[in-house]
Amino acid sequence: MSTVAETQIKLTPEHDARPGASVRSRLQDLLPKIVLAPSFAATIIFVYGFILWTIYLSFTNSKTFPSYAITGGRAYQRLWRWTFESDPPSSWYTSITNMGIFGFLYIAICLALGLFLAILLDQKIRGEGVLRPIYLYPMALSFIVTGVAWKWFLDPGLGLEQTLHQWGWTSFHFDWIKNKDFVIYTVVIAGVWQASGFVMAMFLAGLRGIDGEIMKAAQIDGASTFQLYRRIVIPLLRPVFLSAFIVLAHLAIKSYDLVVALTSGGPGGSAWLPSNFMYEFTFKRNEMAVGSASAVIMLMTITAIIVPYLYSELREKSR
Amino acid sequence: MSAVSSPAPQASSGARARTINRIVIYGLLALFAIFYLMPLFVMLVTSFKTMDEIQNGNMLSLPHAPTFAPWIKAWSEVCSGLTCVGMKGYFWNSIKMVVPAVLISTLLGALNGYVLTKWRFRGHILVFAMMLFACFIPFQSVLLPMATILGSLGRFGVTLQNATGFNFGLGNSTVNLVFVHVVYGLGFTTLFFRNYYEAFPTELVKAAQVDGASFFQIFRRIMLPNSLPIIVVTVIYQFTNIWNDFLFASAYAGSGDVMPMTVALNNVVNTSTGVVEYNVNMAAAMIAALPTLIVYVVAGRYFVRGLMAGAVKG
Repeated sequence: MSTVAETQIKLTPEHDARPGASVRSRLQDLLPKIVLAPSFAATIIFVYGFILWTIYLSFTNSKTFPSYAITGGRAYQRLWRWTFESDPPSSWYTSITNMGIFGFLYIAICLALGLFLAILLDQKIRGEGVLRPIYLYPMALSFIVTGVAWKWFLDPGLGLEQTLHQWGWTSFHFDWIKNKDFVIYTVVIAGVWQASGFVMAMFLAGLRGIDGEIMKAAQIDGASTFQLYRRIVIPLLRPVFLSAFIVLAHLAIKSYDLVVALTSGGPGGSAWLPSNFMYEFTFKRNEMAVGSASAVIMLMTITAIIVPYLYSELREKSR
Repeated sequence: MSAVSSPAPQASSGARARTINRIVIYGLLALFAIFYLMPLFVMLVTSFKTMDEIQNGNMLSLPHAPTFAPWIKAWSEVCSGLTCVGMKGYFWNSIKMVVPAVLISTLLGALNGYVLTKWRFRGHILVFAMMLFACFIPFQSVLLPMATILGSLGRFGVTLQNATGFNFGLGNSTVNLVFVHVVYGLGFTTLFFRNYYEAFPTELVKAAQVDGASFFQIFRRIMLPNSLPIIVVTVIYQFTNIWNDFLFASAYAGSGDVMPMTVALNNVVNTSTGVVEYNVNMAAAMIAALPTLIVYVVAGRYFVRGLMAGAVKG
């Protein structure tokens, strides 16, 4: 019985060369590939083809409109020169410095806060079902929306500062959002607010997956709660750290609306990230080649993080 | 803990330590709950206040005389740039964009997942990996070519319009955005369905094949009826992402009456003529937030599952 089933099922085109297969049944066998083809073709063209196109544009001297004569790596040379132009800072210098500050703090604080909240929530808390969605909802809202509230809250004349003044703490001063040296830290605060609940959920799922027996055994051996978490639980959560890091890293590099909604770019573009740099140079400053080159650099950064991860994940899966 | 509980004399001090411990934990959890809820709370209360109360009152206080006026103004009168027609038109723009984009990308994702798990061919891993990688690319790296292509299609649409009297949707911003969101959402939807169908018993599919069921019959009669959870996850994930998108929307429908909600909201908030009406801005933001917020409240569990599935790959 099973052999019959096998032969009927494995009708891949290689097997199908046998005589007698009608056109109709051959079509049936090709059907899965025909169904998949449009999506795959779209991916090839609109993802990979467009990436190549962007790379191509970065080697031209396109300004307002694309020009297709290769003129060499001028755009990259300019970006390279701007990389070291710190006084006064070039827009590119600001963007990548901000990326470093934002990326590091955003990932580190989200991981720390996410883990902390997950551990707290894992202490058999009453009302966990209420708290978890509260921590997580920012991920469901566009930052264009919540940025409206954040902007207001951080505004020295209206928000937190004003409120604390009303409550009597008149010396309180908090104007980071208007300060070109500190504006990027307000982006960190808002970014952490948005994503840390999600990281918490990832860690919580990881914690729930840990075998209770291991914990019990450690407790019987006299481990304190702190030791238990440091020596046993956190090492066991390594895969979650990795996934969370990957997610946060690519969210950090893709962050765009965060900066736009919160700061409109900040005083003199001081809150720009490379994503904002790309958009501004491409669509506002008519420097299409430079914009494309910056997009290519963003893509390469993400690729360096993602590809090894995907490779190991998929290889593991297919054994 | 009970396994290591100490003898009676120390038990009471242990119990007190535990109580303090609990208080600290609950205190911290409550503090963070306030931190996360604060922006939404500020938006909500401010949207029901009068401008008078905002200027003279406290940001965190509840409205003394709640008024719906800011909401009404946000819905039908607020200015985005120089046009003062409220958010309602933009709201419908977003709906018209989101619904087809979600349906098409979910259906295609289901079919792709079905093929990639139950009708495997040589290289299926590579195909999947290539679609998966597309989930991670910064969209800046495809933004410009897509703008160029959409521009040319728009011009072709005008030609068609002149020749046949119908432009077949070419050059229509909503159609463009639907297309863009379908293309760049395929990676996610395929990922969701592929991982879900991976665990679906292949024997059932084989048995149906033996009984002579065709490719689509199996999909419709066996796969789809068993896919409800993952359909919900995918629809919610796509809905949230597409509704909240700002980059594509501002690049391809960034001005005029074709803007989706997010772009219009950003314009409203940054319109700086006259006195800034914070209550109206907050009401407009709430209107933009409501659809995803409702989905989250009603089906948050599925939203989280989608995020997780998108995070833990493979």
